[in-house]
Amino acid sequence: MDFGPYLFAASLEGAITAAVLALTAVGLSLVFGVMRVVNVAHGEFYMLGAVLAWWITSMIAGHPALGFWVAIVVAPLIVGALAMLCDRFILNKINYDPERTIVATIGLLYVIQQSTLMTFGPEARPVEAPFNERIALPWLEPTNAGLQVIWPTGLSTTSYKLFVIAAAVTILLILWLVMTRTRIGLIMRATQLDQEMAQAHGIDVNKVYALVFGLGAALAALGAVLVVPIQQAYYLMGSDPLLLSFIVVIIGGLGSVLGTVVAAVLIGMTDGIVSVFFTPTLAKILATLLVAFVLIFKPNGLFGKRRE
Amino acid sequence: MSESVNKAMPSASIKKRQRVNVGIRSVLLHVAVIAVLIALYFVLPEYHSGNLARILVLAIFAMGYNVLFGYTGLLSLGHALFFASGMYGFGLAIQFLDVTASVAIVTGLLSAVAVSTIIGFLALRTTGVAFMIVTLMFAQAGYLTILLFGDYTRGDEGFVIQRADRILFGFDLTQPANRFFCALILFAICLFFVAWLVHSRFGKTLVGIRENEERAEMLGYDIQRHKLIAVIISGTLSGAAGAAYALLFGYAGASFAAVQYSILPLLYVLLGGAGTTIGPLIGTLFMFYLIDYTSEFSSRYLPSDFSSAYMLIAGVALIVLTLYAPQGFAGLLRRKVKWLP
Repeated sequence: MDFGPYLFAASLEGAITAAVLALTAVGLSLVFGVMRVVNVAHGEFYMLGAVLAWWITSMIAGHPALGFWVAIVVAPLIVGALAMLCDRFILNKINYDPERTIVATIGLLYVIQQSTLMTFGPEARPVEAPFNERIALPWLEPTNAGLQVIWPTGLSTTSYKLFVIAAAVTILLILWLVMTRTRIGLIMRATQLDQEMAQAHGIDVNKVYALVFGLGAALAALGAVLVVPIQQAYYLMGSDPLLLSFIVVIIGGLGSVLGTVVAAVLIGMTDGIVSVFFTPTLAKILATLLVAFVLIFKPNGLFGKRRE
Repeated sequence: MSESVNKAMPSASIKKRQRVNVGIRSVLLHVAVIAVLIALYFVLPEYHSGNLARILVLAIFAMGYNVLFGYTGLLSLGHALFFASGMYGFGLAIQFLDVTASVAIVTGLLSAVAVSTIIGFLALRTTGVAFMIVTLMFAQAGYLTILLFGDYTRGDEGFVIQRADRILFGFDLTQPANRFFCALILFAICLFFVAWLVHSRFGKTLVGIRENEERAEMLGYDIQRHKLIAVIISGTLSGAAGAAYALLFGYAGASFAAVQYSILPLLYVLLGGAGTTIGPLIGTLFMFYLIDYTSEFSSRYLPSDFSSAYMLIAGVALIVLTLYAPQGFAGLLRRKVKWLP
């Protein structure tokens, strides 16, 4: 394959990473934006989504697509409910103190990860996609007779991969509508702006926090259910999305859903393309250092709204 | 925790007498701790005294962590980097420079000083949650760097330090007795150093910074300089523990740079009591045996996947501690015994 079509294929893969990343990172950003806490266990909620998807599809007999459609609805609901319980019985009890929350969510990370290891096991397990037709892609090749449409061998995608991108875009649009056009969205934004004032106006802040924490985890789980037919469910799969979500949220600016989505597309696409040129380990080193240096030299990108 | 800062000033002579009393009591306490540890070696069967050597080295790591977290109030999530820089500064020098163990200890300490100076200089530009994330990211970058240079470091698999290289001043440290007393001497040096440090003017200033940074700054203390020195002391103690671990147990591997080894000292200190000199030892001792017993129990009675899940206990302990006992054992003890250092 020539360089052009090759880059095209790489950016298509990048778009899938970006789509899933956008869902996961928006969940993290929402939690930080409204509750002002960093949820280190966010990647584990993502992993739980994938593991539950495997579990549900293997439970339901019949057409493999049926199991998948059940999983995409049920898995995020279970994960969201679990996260709400964690909020109620852990985070609420320590008053959302930023530093203690990090320590507690680190604990939560290990509890979820190791319990999965004990029950689900150390293997990676596949989930079948509901549909998976191969689609060949065209490429415009400049020749002596002007641009010509060619069909390079190997340049292809699947219908499922396109579905992942479309589904992520739809979910993000719905989330944006909920946040800007509904009463519950208004309540969330009010709590984000001034928690005490919201409480003074009769908003049950504890309920809003539980809801936001559950929603954030459910978004991560949803992203994982979408990606699991492409990747595979594995008990350590949560660490990469956690790191990438951190990067996205820090670069995109917190609390802003739009900024997070833009950063997710940027990071997801570059991640796909950069790993073509660097070894994965070096790419990860550069990514972690990027987060550290953005935080050191542009702390307002992350915590600007918190300080006066 | 804040009594040393907020207490009304007594008259000079009473204050001096009190300080001397506290000083004698704290010296006696630390000497007693060391004496108990020596006695334990002769009482305990070999399996447990072997464990105790390991616990003492990990307790040095926890004490280093405590200088920064317990006394200065800075929560780092990247201390595995300092542990690993001591470990690899020692191990790589032995492996590739063909030096003796005593020289390699110096290179290990120097690499920990260098790494903690750089990290401290950069990370201290942030505070609070950002400081936690920045230290976490630097440690992760360090861990990945060890994997990247797998040709030299042997990555996750690690490398063994040969028996011939593990002789310090003529003592063969593969012998259990030599190993235990070497660990104990190192631990005692670090314990008395930390006890002296936190009793000194510098240590009191660190506590002042922890309790009220603005006030300490207003009183004219150079906050950034104090914090940087605290990071360097903390990182160097952690590096000393890393070098000692490689020397005494003959192994260096990338898993010691992974995020678990940044979490464990936090756990030890939280459990034992942050901002106390003996808390880290208590926390390490308790956590080590908790993990040891549960993994032994589970490997005997449960399928094999269970025994590898020891971090589950660490996770539960972290949650329970943040919920119910943020001051740890020694912190609870201090409510009864006010002078506990």
